[in-house]
Order: sequence, then structure tokens, then C-alpha cells
Amino acid sequence: MSKLYLARDARSAVRVLDGEAMVMSGRDSTLFSLNKTATLIWQAADGQTSLDEIVERRVCQEFEVEFGSALQDAENMARELAGHGILQISEEPISQTNPLTGESQ
Amino acid sequence: MPVRVNTSSPEFARVLSERYSGFAAPAARYARSGAEVEFYIELSEGRFSAPDAPVRVTQSAGHWRMTRGDFRAEWDPRMRRGTIRQSANPYSIDAVLRIVHTLALARQGGMLLHAASAIRNGKAFVFAGVSGAGKTTISRLAPSDVTLLTDEISYVRKSGDGYIAFGTPFTGELAKLGENVSAPLAAVYFLEQGPANRIESVPAGDAIRSLLANVLFFAEEPELVRQVFQSACELVERIAVARLTFMPDSRVWEMIQ
Repeated sequence: MSKLYLARDARSAVRVLDGEAMVMSGRDSTLFSLNKTATLIWQAADGQTSLDEIVERRVCQEFEVEFGSALQDAENMARELAGHGILQISEEPISQTNPLTGESQ
Repeated sequence: MPVRVNTSSPEFARVLSERYSGFAAPAARYARSGAEVEFYIELSEGRFSAPDAPVRVTQSAGHWRMTRGDFRAEWDPRMRRGTIRQSANPYSIDAVLRIVHTLALARQGGMLLHAASAIRNGKAFVFAGVSGAGKTTISRLAPSDVTLLTDEISYVRKSGDGYIAFGTPFTGELAKLGENVSAPLAAVYFLEQGPANRIESVPAGDAIRSLLANVLFFAEEPELVRQVFQSACELVERIAVARLTFMPDSRVWEMIQ
């Protein structure tokens, strides 16, 4: 299976409260509440770290879950959030551009 | 937020003085430089129509344009000045003032809320809810030691690490202006009417969602929308937020101290 890379949508606003993120879509202002696992993945979604690395190093260690099923759940979650426009996914590392300055982040 | 209104019509000036009684004073009493917002009103009968038409608020190069069936307004925040073209209907300028307050407050970490608010024992309490949730009812039930700030649109402004709630002249069903006073905000309650009086804590995520549902905001400017979101999150982190279920009798105020 090819690797998957995730990057937070730079136009979305986020606030983490009690370990759970509230994300407001920059596309249509829809609000999303992420659970603790999704929040962990969201925070690690820097465009450069692959999803399997995030799951292995962050999710499995934090929540003591089995790698295979955790990776599958994480991928499903990432595709769902990408469908809402608050996360980018790609099979290549993602270089983000700040929408306000045009500079790479 | 001091607002200066200029009109060449003495009759309309009188209408506004009565409409904003308690919040209005002759302009001669204040220096022009003290106004955060200054509007010039151009009255024009016959060119305007439905006040229930949708509001449009757009920005171009820092210049705001606000339109509805019954007015066309422009406001330049850098110059702190704008114009309103409308008929001699005080509800038209009232709508413009609400919109301008939402825009100005968004940049300052504050907000206008669909909420009643009141002061008791030197502390302000905000009661947020959609139409029918009980804003007017809880305002009517307030005992005599309570100062009503508004029964419809609350004004909350950031101040240091906390917030201040101010009285507003924006009325609801009670049709009674709030008092032109302010106090530190102690709590925000989301109203529900029910079979017993109780206060319950609300998870932070739900609190933010409920608060945002009650924020007045008309512009679609992404940066300002993000600021409103961050402001709502910040308020929930700093101020006690809870759900207040109440029966329609005055005993509910025993819990608001």
C-alpha cells in the first residue's frame, strides 16, 4: 500500500479544548468536533510525515491500539475530513502555502 | 462604542433621539474626534422597499458596503466614517448600526449575541437563545434589584482577561430599551424552558457551537469569520458557560447571583 500524507487546510481555524479540536472550515464555516484520536492526527498532519508514521508513533503509543486497524480507521477519518475540505491528502509529501502571504510553510 | 449620526432633517434627528433615548445625546456635547463611527444619513423617500429583504455585507479594499431593501450604506473603518441612504425609518439605521457593531467587535474579540443580559450584584449575566427560548420571559421575571441590559441583543466586549457586557438600545418583544450601563461578565447561560429550574455544565465543544449559533454576524469575510470563531472559543475558555433550564416563574432568579 502506498503511503499517505496529510496536511491541515490552512484556511480553516482550529482550537483545541480538553484535547479535542474544534475546526471551522475556511470553505463554508461548518464546524467540526474531532475526538482525541482525530485531534492527534490533525495536529501531526504537517504534510511531510506519512500517515503510517503518525499512527505508529503517535496514535499507537498514546492509545495502545493495534497498528493495522488503527491505520485503517485513521485513513477512513482522513478521507472523510478531506471530503469536507479541512484536510488535504496526497500520496506525495505536501508543501503548504500560506493563503495570506503566499509563502511556503 | 460612541457613534455620531449626522442628518439634515431635524424631524429625523428627533425620531432618533426618542428611539435611542438613554443612549443618545446632542452631538454638540461631544467632540467629533470621540466618535468611533460617524454616519451621514441621506434621506430619500420612495426609493427603498422591503426591510425583510436579505442583508448583504461585502468588503472591498477595506471599505464595507451594507445593503438591504430599505437601505444602502457604506462604511470606511480607517476613516471611521460612512453614509446611509434610507427613508426616514429608524429601523433602517438600527440595522446598519447592528451590522457595524458586529464588524467592529469582531476585530476586538467581542460580539453581539442573540441574548438577553442583566446586571445583578455588580456582575453581568447573559441569557442566550433563539427566538422562543425565553429571553423575553426571563427579562420579564427579573426582580427589582436586577438591571436589564437588553432583552434581545447583548453587547460583549473583551477587556483584559475578561469581558464586559454593555446595555444596548436593541430591543425584542419587551420593546424596552436596556440601561446604558455595563459590568464584568460573570456567566453565559443557554436558555431552555422546562419543568424545573436547573443549571447544568456544557462540554466546551457544545458551548462553542451554541455560542456561535447565537452570534450575530452578517459578513462572509473569511478572516473575520475566523476571528469570530476564535473569539467564541476564547470566551468559553474564560467565562462560566452553562445551560439554564427554567420554569416561567421568578424563582429562576434565585440561581442567578
